[in-house]
Amino acid sequence: MVSETSGHRSQSGIAHKAKVEAVNLSFYYGGSKAAIKNVSLAIPEKQITALIGPSGCGKTTLLRCFNRMHDLYDNNRYEGKILLDSTVNLISTKIDPIEVRMRVGMVFQRPNPFPKSIYENVAYGLRIRGESRRRVIDQKVEQSLQQAALWNEVKDRLNDQAYDLSGGQQQRLCIARALATDPELILFDEPTSALDPIATANVEQLMLQLKDKVTMLVVTHSMQQAARISDYTAFMYLGELVEFDQTSKIFSAPAQEKTRDYIGGRFG
Amino acid sequence: MAIALPEQGLIALRKSVSRRQLYSNLFAIVGLISILVALVVLVALIIHLLSQGLTSIDWQFLTSPASSDAEEAGVFIALVGSGLVMLVTTTLAVPVGIAAGIYLEEYARKGWLADLIEINVTNLAGVPSIVYGLLALGLFKYALNLGESIITAGLTLALLVLPVVIVTTREAMRAIPSSLREAAYALGASKWRMVKDHILPYSMGSILTGIIIGLSRAIGETAPLVTIGALTFITFLPDSPIQPTFPFISFSWLLSPFTVLPIQMFSWVSRPDLAFEAKAAAAGAVLLALTLLMNGFASFLRYRLRKGIKW
Ligand SMILES: Nc1ncnc2c1ncn2[C@@H]1O[C@H](COP(=O)(O)OP(=O)(O)OP(=O)(O)O)[C@@H](O)[C@H]1O
Ligand SMILES: [Mg+2]
Repeated sequence: MVSETSGHRSQSGIAHKAKVEAVNLSFYYGGSKAAIKNVSLAIPEKQITALIGPSGCGKTTLLRCFNRMHDLYDNNRYEGKILLDSTVNLISTKIDPIEVRMRVGMVFQRPNPFPKSIYENVAYGLRIRGESRRRVIDQKVEQSLQQAALWNEVKDRLNDQAYDLSGGQQQRLCIARALATDPELILFDEPTSALDPIATANVEQLMLQLKDKVTMLVVTHSMQQAARISDYTAFMYLGELVEFDQTSKIFSAPAQEKTRDYIGGRFG
Repeated sequence: MAIALPEQGLIALRKSVSRRQLYSNLFAIVGLISILVALVVLVALIIHLLSQGLTSIDWQFLTSPASSDAEEAGVFIALVGSGLVMLVTTTLAVPVGIAAGIYLEEYARKGWLADLIEINVTNLAGVPSIVYGLLALGLFKYALNLGESIITAGLTLALLVLPVVIVTTREAMRAIPSSLREAAYALGASKWRMVKDHILPYSMGSILTGIIIGLSRAIGETAPLVTIGALTFITFLPDSPIQPTFPFISFSWLLSPFTVLPIQMFSWVSRPDLAFEAKAAAAGAVLLALTLLMNGFASFLRYRLRKGIKW
């Protein structure tokens, strides 16, 4: 009940056009108990939206609906819609998940580069799209590494193994890998939780720079991080969306008591 | 009192720590002894074989056919037979086994059917080899009428190796963390792309190791081949696969009678003439050398293919 009223009320504070919109989205890990319950959420275009909430509330689960990651495992089930550009329903069974993942990129909690060279890591997305022109790939690899603020550190060692990079560099490599295919939306699942403060600052800086190119949805367990980088914040609790609004509003004057308690550190 | 208590506690702690250390050392000693026993037996075996057989191993021994004269007898036909049978076994068991492993691990829907197949395959890997011999006798020799030939032997050993290949393939693939699969899928890879570009290359080292270990078991197999009727005395080679006349390639060697090293060895051991015993030991040494060579090759492959691949 709480989520419905707040959902509608908070939409009024959204000044930007929605890039993706979840409409009455529910998700089940098999069985009948929903891990995501009737969530409606419009993610503004070319903005950073943070997803916060206590552990186990369903942030990761919600995030992974947006690129159909749940389709990889048996028995998972979606209900509702996720509209991209108000037209394509991403979770429709008529849409191939591969098509969705070609348009929506993802960066994971732990850096997970392929055990290949730095170059091949970034080039991989292009290769599976059938690109084989060396010149095009070279150029795109350089551009993506530039955007991921990694180019200067790796330009002389593109053929080295990705595993030889530090944790923070690996995570930026994963961001470059996601950027190389020009996704319209990038999903981040706690992208800095495995990194030290300096690497974290680098990744945050980088995300801010990417804002004018791509829409981003970021799960974070750090409220400071949400406050530092996001324009909008969604607060989830027990699989429901409690409140969604501009970050400044959520952190200064949340409308819901639950949000206030969570922001105030009274639980979670 | 307040000071004495931690003192006592410290003594108790030290006692408990040194007791644990004792257990830990004890285990290390037991482990070491077990390894030593295994090693000593192996080394003794090798020394015994070599001391008996080494004098008989020379070029003539390796290039001569079997003979009823111990002086002239050699392992050439058996060596060629073993080689050809393994060739058939490898070309059949490896692709089929890897494909089955990939299917079961990545494509088959998880459920009771998959579990049943898994249990079956795992158990097949432990079935005594003579049982495969009986199956082959009925299926390949009589039902398919392939005779006592190289193809029958190759098929029989392929059946024997197949479960090993499947199990190894699955285990090697399972060892690859799901985060790498998800990384590939998240970029838009199809299942086949993911398998081809990631799963197979990253697990190839382990898969090949498993295959070679399976094959080196097969090369020493005697029972199933005796069951299907491998010859114990043969003095001619199978037809050459390369022919001087059109179409230059011939597969008639597949239907030739044959013998293999372990059978040759067995037939020499069972002769009353003592001179043949040295020949048997020499054949054993050749077989052992082949097995060690294959295992060495497996280690080499593992080292080469895993270089730079870690997670
Ligand atoms: N693969 C799964 N199968 C079944 N239930 C799952 C699975 N993954 C997560 N869940 C359940 O779904 C709920 C939401 O989990 P989720 O991982 O989305 O939480 P989260 O908000 O990301 O938590 P955290 O901050 O700890 O990462 C939890 O109750 C969890 O137990
Ligand atoms: Mg999570």
